[in-house]
Amino acid sequence: MSHQPVVFAEELTKEFGDTTAVDSITFGIERGEVFGILGPNGAGKSTTMRMISTVSPVTSGTLRILEMDPQAHGPDIRARMGIIPQDNLLDQHLNVRENLTTYARYFGMSRSRARERAAELLDFVQLRERADSEVQPLSGGMKRRLAIARALVNDPELVILDEPTTGLDPQARHLLWERLFQLKQRGTTLILATHYMDEAEQLCDRLIIMDHGRIVGAGSPRTLISSLVPPEVVELRFDAPSLNDYAGKLTEIGDRVEQLPDRILVFGDNGDAVVAEIYRRGLPPSSVLVRRSTLEDVFLLKTGRRLVD
Amino acid sequence: MEFLVSHPTITVLERHLLLYRRLWRASAFSLFVVPALFLLSMGFGVGSFVPRIGNTDYAMWIVPGLLALLAFQTAVNESTMGIYTDFEWIGAFHVMRHTRVRITDMIVGWLLYVLVVVELATVAFLVVSWAFGVPQPALVVLVAPLVCALLAVSVAAPTTAFAATVRDEGHFHLLNQFGVMPTIMVSGVFFPVGQLPAPVRPLAWISPLWHATEINRAAALDSFTAGPLTLHVAVLLAWAVLGLVWARTAFQRRLAS
Repeated sequence: MSHQPVVFAEELTKEFGDTTAVDSITFGIERGEVFGILGPNGAGKSTTMRMISTVSPVTSGTLRILEMDPQAHGPDIRARMGIIPQDNLLDQHLNVRENLTTYARYFGMSRSRARERAAELLDFVQLRERADSEVQPLSGGMKRRLAIARALVNDPELVILDEPTTGLDPQARHLLWERLFQLKQRGTTLILATHYMDEAEQLCDRLIIMDHGRIVGAGSPRTLISSLVPPEVVELRFDAPSLNDYAGKLTEIGDRVEQLPDRILVFGDNGDAVVAEIYRRGLPPSSVLVRRSTLEDVFLLKTGRRLVD
Repeated sequence: MEFLVSHPTITVLERHLLLYRRLWRASAFSLFVVPALFLLSMGFGVGSFVPRIGNTDYAMWIVPGLLALLAFQTAVNESTMGIYTDFEWIGAFHVMRHTRVRITDMIVGWLLYVLVVVELATVAFLVVSWAFGVPQPALVVLVAPLVCALLAVSVAAPTTAFAATVRDEGHFHLLNQFGVMPTIMVSGVFFPVGQLPAPVRPLAWISPLWHATEINRAAALDSFTAGPLTLHVAVLLAWAVLGLVWARTAFQRRLAS
């Protein structure tokens, strides 16, 4: 059997009237990997996810999912796919268990099989004791977990998550990441769109960074960082009304300098050496932070903007 | 059998019925109270001023029309806010779109649900009018559920389509003012269509409510004639088919946007 990616997109484009939401992007997703689509709001992540979900028709280019054409084989693809929409879309007037059994029935499971499957999944997402609860009083993290359980009802090979942890507190985020990691270990392919670089770094084997509908970087989090930005960053703050003078003087010191409204970032191979040089030149900052470069920095250097404003 | 029970259309119907069961008590109350109020106010209230239409007692004359009106209103009411809520607030159809359920299943499953509710209302009405002592020819008991079913689909299909295009609840007031209310006035429920000014009368001919009222009344008064019956059924079917086609397009647009 020839090797085929789970998702294959070539010059994939989506237009809404005059606006191009996704502009000729090309990528492939391998079986069993966690693939991330990272970018700020409005970058085209959700539109790309909706096309992969087979919900939104492609304007032009090629899209193959599980070796099928989403336009012609939507139901067949969806039978093997789990979708976790950004806003959960839980059935507010059904209880927790009914949300799962109803969804299982949509896939043609018998009533008894649907109840069994719901019980298994409530255990997996640790909601068993809330099975008879209404949906409304659940916390944000619980609702998210219920949406994940629902997407797993049909034992999908491919799971699609749009902004999986937006709006969740840190504890809820970590619990969710842990469940997603378990799914990955079982061999499920995960595709997640996020504007959190820590989430992308934590979970993704490979990712694309999107901006204005285009791909501005692709690869594993480590290779993206090592190939596109110097390894270390010095974050500097100064007691001065304007940072412009400082930024000009710092350009000679590091490999790259980025000026943000409240601070200046100096990129270099060795952060401590950069700091020493700054002091030697008589430019003492009010605060200094030396850290490793992140995907956030990759995005900043590629686009001149930050991921989260 | 399992194939049928787990058919996507049936699983959609099941979801709507599950929700209906939650509201069962409130709706059971209105199921019987609404027909009672209809009969008291129109049948006996107005009926005491209008003793006879032709050779028929007014209460006897108006009951088949009220029955059609009840089916009409139930179908419209369910299909406006019900569809709007499932698209706009719950996202129920968007969720179905993530599964094996096709758009046709969503629409047919919904219409089956409306049928169940309309039939419950129809049976409740027949029981109440029987309790009030309005004579119930066997023909009405046989025909009315069928007519109400056909009327329900012919009204619910286009209403469902319209509701799928609506992003603002205010549009339902327009539907009510310019669609529902005029339809009720011109459909010969309360008085014969012949009483309408001539230029307005053609409105009755396109009204599904008038055609259903005519069949129901013919059954109640035992005055069936084959020609008009075929025509009445044909118009109702036309509304149903056009409504279904429109609903398909409306759902496709809404779910792809």
